[in-house]
Amino acid sequence: MAEITPKPRPKPFSIPRQPMPEQPASVRVKNFNEVPYGFTADLAVLEAQRCIQCKNPACVKGCPVSVKIPEFIDLVAKGKFAEAARKIKETNALPAVCGRVCPQEEQCEAPCVLGKKGDPVAIGRLERFVADFERVTGNVEIPKPGASTGKKVAIVGGGPAGLTVAGDLVAFGHDVTIFEALHKAGGVLMYGIPEFRLPKDIVQAEVEYIQKCGAKLECDVVIGKTITIDELLEEEGFDAVFVGTGAGLPYFMNIPGENLIGVYSANEYLTRANLMKAYDFPTSDTPLSKVKNVAVVGGGNVAMDSARTAKRMGAENVYLIYRRSKKEMPARIEEIHHAEEEGIDFRLLNNPLQFIGNEDGWVTEVECQVMELGEPDASGRRRPVPVKDSEYKLPVDVVIMSIGNGANPLVPATTPGLDTNKWGNILADQETGKTSKKGVFAGGDIVIGAATVILAMGAGRKAAAAIHDYLMTGNW
Amino acid sequence: MFPIVESREIAKNVFFQKIQAPRVAKKRKAGQFLVLRKGEQGERIPLTIVNSDPVEGTVTIIFQVVGKSTAELSQMKAGEALQDVVGPLGLATHVENFGTVVCVCGGIGTAPLLPIATSIKNAGNKLVSIVGARNKDLIILEDEMKAISDELIVTTDDGSYAKKGFVTTALQEMIDAKTKIDLVIAIGPVPMMRAVSEVTRPHNIKTMVSLNPIMVDATGMCGACRVTVGGETKFVCVDGPEFDGHLVDFKELTMRNRAYLREEKVAMEKFEHKDGKCMGGSN
Ligand SMILES: Cc1cc2nc3c(=O)[nH]c(=O)nc-3n(C[C@H](O)[C@H](O)[C@H](O)COP(=O)(O)OP(=O)(O)OC[C@H]3O[C@@H](n4cnc5c(N)ncnc54)[C@H](O)[C@@H]3O)c2cc1C
Ligand SMILES: Cc1cc2nc3c(=O)[nH]c(=O)nc-3n(C[C@H](O)[C@H](O)[C@H](O)COP(=O)(O)OP(=O)(O)OC[C@H]3O[C@@H](n4cnc5c(N)ncnc54)[C@H](O)[C@@H]3O)c2cc1C
Ligand code: SF4
Ligand code: FES
Repeated sequence: MAEITPKPRPKPFSIPRQPMPEQPASVRVKNFNEVPYGFTADLAVLEAQRCIQCKNPACVKGCPVSVKIPEFIDLVAKGKFAEAARKIKETNALPAVCGRVCPQEEQCEAPCVLGKKGDPVAIGRLERFVADFERVTGNVEIPKPGASTGKKVAIVGGGPAGLTVAGDLVAFGHDVTIFEALHKAGGVLMYGIPEFRLPKDIVQAEVEYIQKCGAKLECDVVIGKTITIDELLEEEGFDAVFVGTGAGLPYFMNIPGENLIGVYSANEYLTRANLMKAYDFPTSDTPLSKVKNVAVVGGGNVAMDSARTAKRMGAENVYLIYRRSKKEMPARIEEIHHAEEEGIDFRLLNNPLQFIGNEDGWVTEVECQVMELGEPDASGRRRPVPVKDSEYKLPVDVVIMSIGNGANPLVPATTPGLDTNKWGNILADQETGKTSKKGVFAGGDIVIGAATVILAMGAGRKAAAAIHDYLMTGNW
Repeated sequence: MFPIVESREIAKNVFFQKIQAPRVAKKRKAGQFLVLRKGEQGERIPLTIVNSDPVEGTVTIIFQVVGKSTAELSQMKAGEALQDVVGPLGLATHVENFGTVVCVCGGIGTAPLLPIATSIKNAGNKLVSIVGARNKDLIILEDEMKAISDELIVTTDDGSYAKKGFVTTALQEMIDAKTKIDLVIAIGPVPMMRAVSEVTRPHNIKTMVSLNPIMVDATGMCGACRVTVGGETKFVCVDGPEFDGHLVDFKELTMRNRAYLREEKVAMEKFEHKDGKCMGGSN
């Protein structure tokens, strides 16, 4: 890829939003390659030229980390792609990730003024384009770390929250070590979100970038087991700790048959597929059952990812069982759309009652019940109510429970003085990440519950600023 | 990387390895395990930590070759290094002075039981050990168990060595002889732990077993290792690995451990083919 010289700017509103070129559904269900190909340089420039460079840009307010959107888009419009990448990186260390998985339609693109009359600027696609440009051309500028402060910070968990804190703190001149329990850093970006939506090479390139910026990474260390937080502070000489351990505790429905063989949590199914590359079995050693009929229970991004992964693992029928209607589905519209194109069989207003197995303990059927929507519940969504005598059975070989994740109790359980709420989430100040324990900060999914990459990064940025302040002043 | 310091076969298809993993060695208590990965394509394999030396920073594992991953591991020599070693994982064994404790080991189960038995003994208990295997060649760590036990009984299913019979036969005889038993700890193949729990159940002798379900992350994130204990779902990697044998749903555990038989066979065949020799695993 090379930077290009754009043609003169056309009149605003004269260009339509540029569609994303992508693999046709019939082809992509047979591979794990990324679905959208990404903009070409020409498409990117054309799309960037749509932006009218608002004086008071609404898009920036919609972005949880306040990316300088009009500035970077202007650079794209001028063909200055590498500079555009640097502009984004001033506030967002992981643009290649955010450009792919952020819910832009609800964030920056939702308030974009162009959206009032037509389609908003494709900010996410442009972000992805410039991040890819920078990586592919090898033109990645490594910022110099700040002058050493002599302070040491431990980051627990190498997900987006932890990586962001690490990136910011090395820039302030602190000595930073990320401790990651798994054998690869990246968190959900590595083990949860599938290859076809977020290639793992890209995640690793982002992790390496943070390392090149000066952060140290120690994988295979489970904080709370291998080392406790108190030991980090008292024995290993860390001055502060940031806990970004994510929402890694799978929920089950506690209905009959849930422990039959073939009933997976989405975490297990996706970890086998992504982190352990089960789709490459037996070249990779970790297996995943190849079967004909799969039921996925849930309606969020995790459910979409599970269903689309199952399809690619060779399943003929993939049922997505969700107890409300499509309107209430928490998944991104784009992902629902992709799933539909790929032939996922949506069983909306359906709820599983039990799983039935054979003599060998394998799941063979799921019994479902049809639902209808009643009055709104505490979440504001209309409450699903069972329809009488509507039970029916679906033949299945694998079931993937994608009904949410809670807080993993490992760190709080081994850290006296670290307070949690009734769901086990660590209690932390939303603005600073300060917890009940002096010197310990927390942010991301472990604090707010399963959310988004960009919210985890936003929390990371605020915590990094607060950690820096604490280290320099000693004030808690 | 985690260098292998020592590697040798100690019984047919049973291997002993000492690995440099200082952080794990420093922290580990009896009853805990680690997860290792040989290389980039490797599975995450859970194995009990049999011993550790915090000073030299090493941990010891003893494992049986049952499939591709353990076969590959067994071929690694001193000087080579493992890609990943994580631990110590799981809860440490609860040890106190119970009185008389009978440690029942089946086959490879002697390896995980040895450190537990040692701390049981060190806590002032009277320790009776029953070590059993299918035949003479499969008895491991007999001398080590003998050294720490007040009494040691060895059994072989086929009578090729010591006392003929199952470990449960020996345990039943102790119970029949009205020996006072305060606690039984049984580690071995699932059918053996189940049988031991059935022997002690009518006599209300508290029986702890150490479960070995299929695991992936081993940090409580994936739920692969779930078992039913007293009607509740537990994750063995964080809630265990030890549980009250009278409450464990062994039937479910046995079933769930068979989840990948088909795929494991494929992997093993490919491995043997590539390697040009037969590793012949048994379980
Ligand atoms: C399948 C799936 C799809 C998703 N899709 C999207 C999407 O499209 N868009 C979006 O914005 N969000 C999506 N999300 C949500 C998003 O991934 C998370 O909100 C985000 O990753 C949270 O970041 P985090 O840093 O808080 O935690 P995580 O990403 O969970 O990272 C936590 C890290 O900490 C490590 N860790 C945990 N405990 C310990 C310990 N004791 N010691 C050391 N390390 C530890 C974990 O191994 C992990 O690497 C999705 C989530 C899933 C599961
Ligand atoms: C907490 C714990 C401690 C263990 N300690 C020891 C030990 O000290 N010595 C020892 O020899 N073995 C131990 N095991 C069992 C050991 O992990 C398995 O034998 C090994 O993973 C098999 O891998 P494989 O690829 O060679 O065999 P595979 O071909 O994959 O499988 C053969 C059989 O091994 C079992 N198995 C497969 N994968 C796993 C897995 N990830 N976790 C558990 N069981 C599995 C299944 O029953 C399977 O049918 C332990 C298991 C657990 C969970
Ligand atoms: S709101 Fe839309 S048009 Fe205005 S600056 Fe932002 S992206 Fe450009
Ligand atoms: S192995 Fe994943 S939860 Fe226990």
